Amino acid sequence: MEALMKSLCEAYGPSGEEKEIRALIENAVKDSVDRIYTDNLGNLLAVREGPEPALLLSAHMDEIGVIVTHIDENGFLRIAPVGGVAPHLLLGQRLRFKNGAVGTVYHEKLKELRDLDWSKLYLDLGAGSAAEAKNVAQIGDMACLHQPFDSLNGRYMAKALDDRVGCAILIETARRLAGAPLPQAICFLFSVQEEVGLRGATTAAYSIQPGYGLAVDVTRAGDTPKAPLMEVSLGKGPAIKVKDSSVICSPKVRRFMMEVASQHEIPYQLEVLERGGTDAGAIHLSRGGVPTGALSIPCRYIHTASEMVDAADIQNAVKLLEILCRTSWSEGVS
Amino acid sequence: MFLETLSNLPGVSGDEARVRRAIVEILKDQPLELKCDTMGNLYVRKKGSARDSRVMLTAHMDEVGLMVMAVEKNGHLKFKAVGSLDSRVLVAKRVKVGPDAVPGVIGVKAVHLQKPGERRKPFTEDQLTIDIGASNGEEAEKYVRVSDYVSFDSTFTAMGEGYFRGKAFDDRAGCAVLLELLLDPETPPFDAVFTVQEEIGSRGALVAAYTLQPQRALVLEGTAAADTPGTEREQSGTVLGAGPAISIMDSSVIVDREMLRELVHTAEAAGIPYQYRRFTGADTDAGAIALSREGVKAAVVSVPCRYIHSPHGVMRESDFHHTVALIRAWLQSGTGK
Repeated sequence: MEALMKSLCEAYGPSGEEKEIRALIENAVKDSVDRIYTDNLGNLLAVREGPEPALLLSAHMDEIGVIVTHIDENGFLRIAPVGGVAPHLLLGQRLRFKNGAVGTVYHEKLKELRDLDWSKLYLDLGAGSAAEAKNVAQIGDMACLHQPFDSLNGRYMAKALDDRVGCAILIETARRLAGAPLPQAICFLFSVQEEVGLRGATTAAYSIQPGYGLAVDVTRAGDTPKAPLMEVSLGKGPAIKVKDSSVICSPKVRRFMMEVASQHEIPYQLEVLERGGTDAGAIHLSRGGVPTGALSIPCRYIHTASEMVDAADIQNAVKLLEILCRTSWSEGVS
Repeated sequence: MFLETLSNLPGVSGDEARVRRAIVEILKDQPLELKCDTMGNLYVRKKGSARDSRVMLTAHMDEVGLMVMAVEKNGHLKFKAVGSLDSRVLVAKRVKVGPDAVPGVIGVKAVHLQKPGERRKPFTEDQLTIDIGASNGEEAEKYVRVSDYVSFDSTFTAMGEGYFRGKAFDDRAGCAVLLELLLDPETPPFDAVFTVQEEIGSRGALVAAYTLQPQRALVLEGTAAADTPGTEREQSGTVLGAGPAISIMDSSVIVDREMLRELVHTAEAAGIPYQYRRFTGADTDAGAIALSREGVKAAVVSVPCRYIHSPHGVMRESDFHHTVALIRAWLQSGTGK
């Protein structure tokens, strides 16, 4: 699973530019499902047939990034954020375009660092002129963070663990379920454009019309020095979400998830995230409403080039998800 | 000229009837199918021998404006903005109030009575009132009522060499582009929607996209130009005279990359000048449309306009014609299907 995580995290895929990461995931999951297709917005849907109502499992493929808005005569690029990116976290970082071109970000002269905003940032591709820069990148092109995946002592550090870790968990779950009879149809949704407002999950949930939904994403951890209060730590198990700003998870789904975890002695934490959203926010509001839960992987330094998660949390998440898929939701969620 | 007719009409969000009637009047004798929904969206189908097209082109009929919230005892009217309006553009502007277009002016405390602190800070909505020339509340209520819409009283004017001045170019410019395309026998069939209530959250487009279920949508807009003195080139989202502005993303939508490429290729192949909208903020109808039902591929092309959301915008005639030319070429290229 580590090799899978590495390839997913290092792949390019800012919101709206998910083609490369989609191809990678499609290749990794297609042999484990009955059918697989891409919809109008670019969502990848991998389906295991089975009795209705279906269970929708969602993880988003897209990552945060930047978009080129201007190229000046000296070949410097101006950029705007794609998703929630803090400008100061980009200083000195390397960014990569779809075609593999890399550059770094720095700022114009500032009186004080707190004057830093997007209008003061530029991206340097090492180009000597506008023409040279335009050979490499155009206005409208997007770049993602450029950082290798590192395996630490039982922990992983990479860009885009939000939410490639969720994608890896879904793929691994699909593999473990391959060929086994299921109590319900399962749609593995690898969604697009989550970082800009849960957009892919909105349209996918409409077309799938699931009976139940479950989003797998990262959540903030509060276990670092003088961190803002957050009762979630790395290594204490995946978090069963109670609420965030996009969703109050169905209490029935949450109870069901907690019961299954306890029965199988899988460690878990409860998550109350004060700010932030997940695909669950879009799924639970689809059509007539969908009972929806969320399973979160505790993650430090979200939306930076060095997000960090715990390997055991991932293993426990897969374990729990596999059992949840093998259990009837229409019987369990009541 | 359609733009002149449309720009002069009041049509604040939720009060688009006069604009809609003018558009119907222009289109009614053409081989087009016209339909209106409960919200007031106007659907126009350009029919052809080919199978029904699944591309939807939209422009919104509404504009930003004000609404009367109270009639004061002294005959002045309190108001609230409808849509996003910078209150600094309001002082001393001429307005039309209500269905009878009662003339008025937005008034504020005389400058010599303003305290030093007040002079330094821009006036907010609460400190401004509309003066319709009534001596008291009773007299005012003979002409206006709470809930009346208020629009800017500006008259479309051609100025300089190929420039236009007027209100509501956002998005009567888009509406006029759409009219040119609908009336042109050379453009292939497509579905057009003149939407309502864009300025308060793309409410009309939400319903229109659900109704039409298109595969792809192109939103025609009037967007902010920032080529004014003192603005660095890299900070100017669009400039006048450089042709239609093709959006890359805004706060409501990431433009479908395939459509983005098609539009750029179409412009380059046909030798039509174009620019990117080098600004990624603000919402458009494309956001609501893209998320309709199973999802819709969406793009936005705008006519650049200075001083947007104010009583007087300035745009360039050549940008308007180049926008029409680009969209026509895009539809004709067959990629617009």
